[in-house]
Amino acid sequence: MIDLALVLEWVIKSLVVIFMLLGGFAYLTWFERRILARMQTRVGPNRAGWQGLLQPVADAVKLVFKEELIPARADKVIFVLAPILTVVPATVLAVVIPFGTQVILFGRQVNLAVADINVGILFLMAVASVAVYGIVLAGWSSNNKFALMGGMRSTAQMISYELALGLSFVLVALMADSLQLSEIVEAQRTMWFVVLQPVGAIVFLIVTLAEVNRAPFDMPEAEQELAAGFHSEYSGMKFALFFMAEYQKMIVISIIAVTLFFGGYLGPFIGRFPWLGPVYVLGKVVALLFGMVWIRATLPRIRYDRLMDLGWKVLLPLVLGLVLITATGILLADEFGNSLVWSIPVVSILAGFLTVGLVDRSLRRKFNALR
Amino acid sequence: MAVDFELIMFFILAGVGIGTAAGMLLSRSAVYSALFLVLNFGAVAGFYLFLNAPFIAMAQITVYAGAIMVLFLFVIMLLGAEKLTPPEVLPWQRPLAVVLAGILILEAAYLLFLRTPGLGEIQMPGFGPDTSPAAIGAILFGKYLLPFEITSVLLLTAMVGAIVLVRPRKQGGGQE
Amino acid sequence: MPNPWVFIGLFIIIAAIIPIGAIVVALILGPKKPNPIKQSTYECGLETVGDSLVQFKAQYYVFALAFLIFDVEAVFLFPWAIAMNKMPLYVALEGVIFIVILVAGLVYTWRKGALEWV
Repeated sequence: MIDLALVLEWVIKSLVVIFMLLGGFAYLTWFERRILARMQTRVGPNRAGWQGLLQPVADAVKLVFKEELIPARADKVIFVLAPILTVVPATVLAVVIPFGTQVILFGRQVNLAVADINVGILFLMAVASVAVYGIVLAGWSSNNKFALMGGMRSTAQMISYELALGLSFVLVALMADSLQLSEIVEAQRTMWFVVLQPVGAIVFLIVTLAEVNRAPFDMPEAEQELAAGFHSEYSGMKFALFFMAEYQKMIVISIIAVTLFFGGYLGPFIGRFPWLGPVYVLGKVVALLFGMVWIRATLPRIRYDRLMDLGWKVLLPLVLGLVLITATGILLADEFGNSLVWSIPVVSILAGFLTVGLVDRSLRRKFNALR
Repeated sequence: MAVDFELIMFFILAGVGIGTAAGMLLSRSAVYSALFLVLNFGAVAGFYLFLNAPFIAMAQITVYAGAIMVLFLFVIMLLGAEKLTPPEVLPWQRPLAVVLAGILILEAAYLLFLRTPGLGEIQMPGFGPDTSPAAIGAILFGKYLLPFEITSVLLLTAMVGAIVLVRPRKQGGGQE
Repeated sequence: MPNPWVFIGLFIIIAAIIPIGAIVVALILGPKKPNPIKQSTYECGLETVGDSLVQFKAQYYVFALAFLIFDVEAVFLFPWAIAMNKMPLYVALEGVIFIVILVAGLVYTWRKGALEWV
């Protein structure tokens, strides 16, 4: 009943995915530092190895040999547990993602996905909702006022944006008629979902920035106000794990964005050369990561009350509207011919502009009231 | 072989479920209790997976472990009293609890061993009806149409209730 | 085809071994010279005053409750989203009514000022 070769295949695939994320994390730090440096007309790390490519290795060695501090007043068990609880969900998100169709390897048909389950999107939502714990527990167990405030703020932020995240998943489910990620990618063979639902894709990208606590939504860390927030008290390897979780989440969430809106592993000649699948995913992911770094270099951190307003009063109503628009568009296309599917992008872009206009008006009013 | 494997997994899950439930009841710190409860929800989700109901398992994790427990944690933080004070013991409480627990165990034993066939004869419900999300959608919006719409009204009521209870007062006592 | 959930469980275990291993390795290799000043709570050089477990404002609770309600809604919308266009038209309308009722809830919350973060 249990095929040993199959088990071995799945274990190897899991290890490949996990070590890919680890390597991705190491080189994403290098990538980000170099690009930020270029954007600020600096040079960035270029000493360790050619172009500084050995910098992540040097950092890892340094972190391993650092002293691990645990504050005397901290809750020691949870203090050690929290970084682990932060890293695991960040890694586990990658388990359901298809990196390609099928390839022949050592005479076997190998699926380029670890576990392609029929509730893939819901799995992503469930894991994302559990990811909150690492941060809130890190804040609580440090027994430090800054850390606790950072943890609480971070939790409130993540749950607020999880709503818009979940509803943008609903958008994709509506368009693809499936929750299985490989079927979602296959549904984009004729057209990427970003074409059909551009506003949804933009909302998704904004929300993911908030979910991974990246600039301009890096309130939990807010160096100036909270002395690094929930991980103030962490040092050495445990700090590195929080860092690792953040960067792994950046990578994974880019992969998810690629899978849901940018055609996943699809690209030219994919039918003939299935090995191109992971290459296409990598290319698209690097493009999205470059965008994330660019945003960090460009935008200042937004104020906390504005952040909550953006989540609850702008993104949530907008994405609820998009769900209604998309459902109507699909029904119209079913009833009166396929070309009516183009009503979805047109009406949603109008809705997007309307939202931006309303936000602009409200901000102007506030500004005038202050004067 | 496969059945044995499932049985082993079942007992591991059952152990985790019972252990975490006990841990939740017995731990002195509210935060630890909450964490045990999260693990317990995870074990229950594992049982749903056993029953071939991945949709419900994911909903369980998203809603219970993800949303409700965050609410609990916020309440714990809100009260600012994470250490539980020893509960006041009423004299008649303990004997009554013992009697009630005894009745429950007897009842369960009667049902398990006398009313149902032996455990070996029970079919593992691994291959039940279609539990894909599409099938759930069809049932939810076909057969259980009215309950579903009532659910939304219920959710609305919960929202209104929450707002009325936690109406922001002018002189808030708490600080951020 | 074995149950993919078993492999997801396996993946979670492998994913947990890596951070645990990293912490253990760092524990073995790193120096250990604790002293009371090092282990004190970091508050930018000031002495810690009072308990760290300050009381948080009720606003967090309201947001968590609203989140809970909309989370349940989002979970319910998934089966609707994939079953919608295979079923009769009234099914799609039901989903729309469901969304509209919850939008009413959002509007109510907003009008009552519970979404203001002050």
